[in-house]
Amino acid sequence: METVSDLTGLSVAITGGTSGLGLALVRRLAAGGARIAFVARSAPAVMRIAKETGAHGIVGDIRSKDDIYAIALQITGALGGLNVLVNNASSLGATPLAPLADTDCEDFEQALVVNVLGAFRLTKALFGALAAAARNGDTALVINISSDASLNAYPGWGAYGASKAALRQMTAIWAEEAMADGVRFVSIDPGDMDTPLHALAVPDADPSTLKRPEHSAGEIVDAIRMASRARPSDVRRQADDCR
Amino acid sequence: MIAADRPDRRSRKLLTIDASGNVRDLPCRELASLFSPGDLVVANDAATLPASLPGTHLTSGERIEFRLAGWVSLTDPSRFFALAFGAGDHRTPTEDRAAPPVLSAGDRLALGPLAARIERLVGHPRLVALRFLGSREAILQGMAYHGRPIQYAHVPEPLALWDVWTPIAGEPVAFEPPSAGFVLDWRTLAAWRRRGVRFATLTHAAGISSTGDPALDLRLPFDEPYRIPQVTALAVNQRKLDGGRIIAIGTTVVRALESAAAGDGKVRAGHGLAVGRIGRETRLRIVDAILTGVHQAGDSHFELLEAFVERAALRHISGLAVERGYRTHEFGDFMLVEHKAPSPAAAS
Repeated sequence: METVSDLTGLSVAITGGTSGLGLALVRRLAAGGARIAFVARSAPAVMRIAKETGAHGIVGDIRSKDDIYAIALQITGALGGLNVLVNNASSLGATPLAPLADTDCEDFEQALVVNVLGAFRLTKALFGALAAAARNGDTALVINISSDASLNAYPGWGAYGASKAALRQMTAIWAEEAMADGVRFVSIDPGDMDTPLHALAVPDADPSTLKRPEHSAGEIVDAIRMASRARPSDVRRQADDCR
Repeated sequence: MIAADRPDRRSRKLLTIDASGNVRDLPCRELASLFSPGDLVVANDAATLPASLPGTHLTSGERIEFRLAGWVSLTDPSRFFALAFGAGDHRTPTEDRAAPPVLSAGDRLALGPLAARIERLVGHPRLVALRFLGSREAILQGMAYHGRPIQYAHVPEPLALWDVWTPIAGEPVAFEPPSAGFVLDWRTLAAWRRRGVRFATLTHAAGISSTGDPALDLRLPFDEPYRIPQVTALAVNQRKLDGGRIIAIGTTVVRALESAAAGDGKVRAGHGLAVGRIGRETRLRIVDAILTGVHQAGDSHFELLEAFVERAALRHISGLAVERGYRTHEFGDFMLVEHKAPSPAAAS
């Protein structure tokens, strides 16, 4: 196990940073000395977490095309560049979960807009900053938070599963395309965690059977660490191990 | 949302003039096949700030627009040099805009959610040093959601940030886009890589291109801070030793590289400040060719090109471009000019 100090100087942006896995990541990376900007919709929650962790809080909505460049501007303006982007903000689509035949089109669209389009737009807006880091020989990594619902056909998880499958494939293709530019892309499936999103999806789940988000955050931080010193193929292996 | 006179890259054209005076018309995608193994292309990867901030001059109660025009201290978002404009918007050409109210040190401003104070005037009634009040978070947020990119009278549709960030845009330090960078895309960079054409970047805080005031325009370009990464400085200096060419994407790259080599002719890595103008008297030490927008006699970019080719040849090249339908503004077409290219009249 490495000491946390090897995160010092690393600039990391995290979407969905005020609850669940995102919040656990902000806390863990802040404790490790990384420079962090995080994004969430609720201004009071953003202020609270910024105050608690010292991270740069950004109020913005990944769903909104008009917000994306404003968010990217604040991320690169606050951090002076970027090494790692974690696209963590997710939407379930329909809540409570519903069979596809009962899913409103608007709910399906919501899942795609947050989980696929939002991640695409923000990554595209920040790709220049990430590639600049890579040209300087520094870490440049995009982590897209995936789910086993992107691979397995769980009834009721149609909108979410389809959107996460699209995100996973986008990640894989972008990884191939950006390899020569030195920007790495990985999908990480953090597992079933005890988070507000999971509670919305499965309200009667027994929390004691679920992974703590802090545990998954630890695994993601390990992947970031690995990427900071390893070859792209090692990063992929590490990401697969997290599944 | 592309305005009629804001062609996307696929429809843009590139006029090239090589060192023998040969002229070629190319579609922009042909850029991928230009240059030789061992050549180094250098671009400015600055992203552009939403530098136009409308609001109210609280002392007079009058409407005002400030355009951020320079850093007091690079990347400190609380202090800027800024240019004041009176009522009206970008649809009025800058030279026809109403004068702003009389400004004095200590005046308070409300620019949307941003509270600001004029610290001092900078040698002109419309040019001020301005300080935003509040936390860094609040200032960046206010700028991000209230500010708009500086607009152009020739572009009727409002420009959004995504219109003014080049594909390689990274850190937001420019006030207007380093617009030659619009010629690039990632496919072109990949093609160059496959062919052994090297690519490097620097970050140069491109300033405003026009103030609407003849006296102020004479002071353009303002001093512009830049940062040259170690890898870029090494690559440039190595190319000069190897005999490879250095191709600058845009005038800001010429300013930064030539400024950074002002000492012993070797480019120094790190922060620097580009001052003064480059023109016909300038002896270029680093850059062998420039890819830039199509400029016309009278603008400061045209003057910079005179460091590359004789004025007569340059006038001839610009004339050719206009004759062949090249578009001359920030979102227009491009030309690639080699250092010491003779007048194409002799060759064509």
